[in-house]
Amino acid sequence: MNAPSKPFRFVSSNRRVREDRRFVAGKGRYVADIVLPDMLHVALVASQYPAARIVSIDSSQALAADGVHAVLTGEDLAAATDPLMNGLDTPRVKRYPLAVDQARYSGEWVAAVVADSRALAEDAAELVRVDYDPVAHVVDVEEAMGSGSPLVHPAHGTNVLLDKTFNWGEVDRHFSEAAHQLDFRVTWGRNSTVPIETFGVVAQWDPWAEMLDVWASIQMPKYSDQIARALRIPLNKVRVHQDVDVGGSYGVKRGIKHTVLAAHLARTLGRPVRLIEDRLENMRAGDAHGPERIFDVSVAYETDGRIRSMKMRATDNVGAYAGRAPFQLGKPIGAIVGPYRIESVRYQARSVMTNKTVQEAVRGFGQSPTNYAIETAVDKVAAALGMDRLEVRRRNFIESDQFPYLIPSGTRYDSGDYHTVARKVVDAIDYKALIEERDRLRGEGLLAGIGIASCLEPSGGNSSFEPLLNEKNETTTWMDSCRINVDGLGYVTATIHTTSAGQGHETLTSTVLGEVLEIDPERIQIVRPDTLSSLPSNSPVGSRMAIMLGGAAFKAAEKLKQQLVAIGAHRLGCEADDARYEAGAVIAPDGKRIEWAELVNIAHRRYHDLPPGMTPGLEATHIMQVPTGGKLPEDGRVQMYPCHSFEFHMLLVAIDPVLGKPEIRRYVIGHDCGTVINPHIVKGMTLGGIAHGLGAALLEEFAYDAEGQLLAQSFMDYLLPSSHEVPHVEIVHHCTPSPFTVFGQKGSGESGYLGAPAAISGAINDAVRHLGIGFHSLPIRISAIGDTVAEASDTLKKD
Amino acid sequence: MKVELNVNDRMVEIDVEPRKTLLDALRDDLRLTGTHTGCEHGVCGACTVLVDGAPVRACLMLAVQSDGHEITTIEGLAPAPGELSVLQDAFCETHGMQCGYCTPGMILTAHALLQKNVTPSREEIVDAISGNICRCTGYGQIVEAIEFAAERLARANEPRAAAAE
Repeated sequence: MNAPSKPFRFVSSNRRVREDRRFVAGKGRYVADIVLPDMLHVALVASQYPAARIVSIDSSQALAADGVHAVLTGEDLAAATDPLMNGLDTPRVKRYPLAVDQARYSGEWVAAVVADSRALAEDAAELVRVDYDPVAHVVDVEEAMGSGSPLVHPAHGTNVLLDKTFNWGEVDRHFSEAAHQLDFRVTWGRNSTVPIETFGVVAQWDPWAEMLDVWASIQMPKYSDQIARALRIPLNKVRVHQDVDVGGSYGVKRGIKHTVLAAHLARTLGRPVRLIEDRLENMRAGDAHGPERIFDVSVAYETDGRIRSMKMRATDNVGAYAGRAPFQLGKPIGAIVGPYRIESVRYQARSVMTNKTVQEAVRGFGQSPTNYAIETAVDKVAAALGMDRLEVRRRNFIESDQFPYLIPSGTRYDSGDYHTVARKVVDAIDYKALIEERDRLRGEGLLAGIGIASCLEPSGGNSSFEPLLNEKNETTTWMDSCRINVDGLGYVTATIHTTSAGQGHETLTSTVLGEVLEIDPERIQIVRPDTLSSLPSNSPVGSRMAIMLGGAAFKAAEKLKQQLVAIGAHRLGCEADDARYEAGAVIAPDGKRIEWAELVNIAHRRYHDLPPGMTPGLEATHIMQVPTGGKLPEDGRVQMYPCHSFEFHMLLVAIDPVLGKPEIRRYVIGHDCGTVINPHIVKGMTLGGIAHGLGAALLEEFAYDAEGQLLAQSFMDYLLPSSHEVPHVEIVHHCTPSPFTVFGQKGSGESGYLGAPAAISGAINDAVRHLGIGFHSLPIRISAIGDTVAEASDTLKKD
Repeated sequence: MKVELNVNDRMVEIDVEPRKTLLDALRDDLRLTGTHTGCEHGVCGACTVLVDGAPVRACLMLAVQSDGHEITTIEGLAPAPGELSVLQDAFCETHGMQCGYCTPGMILTAHALLQKNVTPSREEIVDAISGNICRCTGYGQIVEAIEFAAERLARANEPRAAAAE
């Protein structure tokens, strides 16, 4: 950390979030608000079969309908474009925006209808006649791995995309030495972040300039690269407009297939084309479902509660195509032991295709499911030993004097003080009193349980998991950038090079610049150039922007400050090393000073007063490499992310045994993400993350039936937590600065979500343990609790 | 067919298909894009507008049904361009949003609550906004915003000395 020695002026203070002003007035600029002259609209024809050969498509009636301009089939599109990119080296798993020859999941887009309005396009979509030949399908992941299973992509020869085992440390020795071991299976249900804004894109092709303009609701690293590749056009002919507000994403707004489709249509029809998913298209074919994962876990532990070693097999059902999703098994490797001193790990990562909707990146990129498995292991060790779950965690925590701490899989954790954060939560909630309250509720005839979870938020989004899981991928940088310009009147404008989905990047950047330049952040304008005018960015993924955009802004501001000092010192007749910068002025050792306005004037107008060799104007740029990044993996080990935030959850749940409905009576989270840049933003991320985690734990699932049909196709079936379900949450703060970032900040974009499912699951299992039952798959639905409890109670009565 | 709408105290006449929702008419015909499309089946509340002062889901109402009613959208809430209402300002003060997509509907719902209940309890606020889904915030700072706005509105009419306490 190279934070200024002075106390912060703007960083960590409760300043307003500047983006909010436009949102409360209804003046956000979302993709659906962008209307271009002569714009056409797309509706999709979807397969009703989970697996079927496409025999023929008859578009004649649709083409004859009012206002219809085109009907595009997969065959036509595939002839004009290259397949969408796979993350892994699986060239025979080809994917196009529209199904080619075969539909591979129910809801998959088979044809696109383009018309003057969305309503007319929908009308005509119903007139497209597709002749299907249904073939055998598979939706169960273990069945899909069996030898007799139908193949989702016969050309690939298997449904398995990835099956890789890592051995980090002496797993066998630790297992044979340890006094005890236990095994279990838990399952993370298929859910997603399901933003309230569906994905949308508007594409326009200028045939004279041969330029593709794109406006999209996007959160995707290297988005324009992928569009250019698929459309076979140069990257400098793709201009993505980044001044589009994204109505929520939390990882999923990737939209490559939508964009390639809309762009191709715009190009061939010579008119702007808009494709905005409706909710059904979003839920069944937006290709934005999250992980669906079975964990088979064994842990070896001692009688005092110390966990020596862990074997984890994660089997992930990625759905019908291989996108970026298999990497979600890779990122958790960077925190595979959680906050614990587990000495060795064997990790088997299996990514398997089935005839379900395609999986995409979801908040945490696979970390929250993994944390759920690790935390379940800790609870089970405690139960097996008859120990308190808090005590088992304490005995396994990495100690604050052990940082930087190297975990078996090759990542060095930067910093933390887990004992202190846990103690603060225990004090805030009064753990003893909480146990008494739980027991009192039990005395009243309710089921009551306490949940505990402690976990890490790896942050600073690197992509080390790519070369780790795909040897052909040699990516070792995941940079982000900022450029500052001081204009001729002395006003500051800075750029950010990505879209945002509510993370407050304009506030982040202006706060950091204000802090370094010692000027009011409100006076700093933040703009988002289009991608052709942008510096490299890898978008806000992996809890990275406070670290990476904040870091780039800081470094750019430092460079700008150096220029100002050089100009001032030259004018004052002293050495730059002897002059100092203060709130926009440069001061010589003798106290003489030059103010901001004059420094700007010299830079912009008085070349004769500039130090020799200095270029005129005032501009600074910084492209930042991820701290600690830059190396390829060795022996299956790699430094994953640079920073590691910590969270400790504790809650009390009460359940009416007849209804089975869990009610969270108290929820406290301890959160340490180092130096907080904007407290409002971090608080919102944490509370929102817990709400999202509650959904994953109790409500949300993209359930399928055996026929391969998605059962949750609307918000009547896919249950999003409302204000009734989300409890009041108390946050306890702690700050352990990261040594690797400019202010000591760490990431917080996934906070709350990473531990809430584990904590809530733990609370429910604590509530029902005395009945001899347990819940080992998420979501734990009200109906499941009610039914299982009733059955167990009947059995107990009979006994 | 022709419909005469009273939107944000302005009479407008539009020609719409009978099947067109109020949501689509507001967005496409009147270019009032502050009203957002979320689920289009009446669950998420992103399209909430006020019809005669009561929160209504514009995706479940046809444009032709709103003929003769007073419709308020988020664009009708600010007292003047660039000037926020007390409630809008309170959402900024507590950061009662992230991506801003559910925010117009949420604010209109809260506005309707505060119009009829100047001292809502936490439970009443939670109840009032339970039909508006927010995926970003977990509702905490939204509830705080509405509480804060209620407090400010209540104090606005108190004698100056008391208000300054």
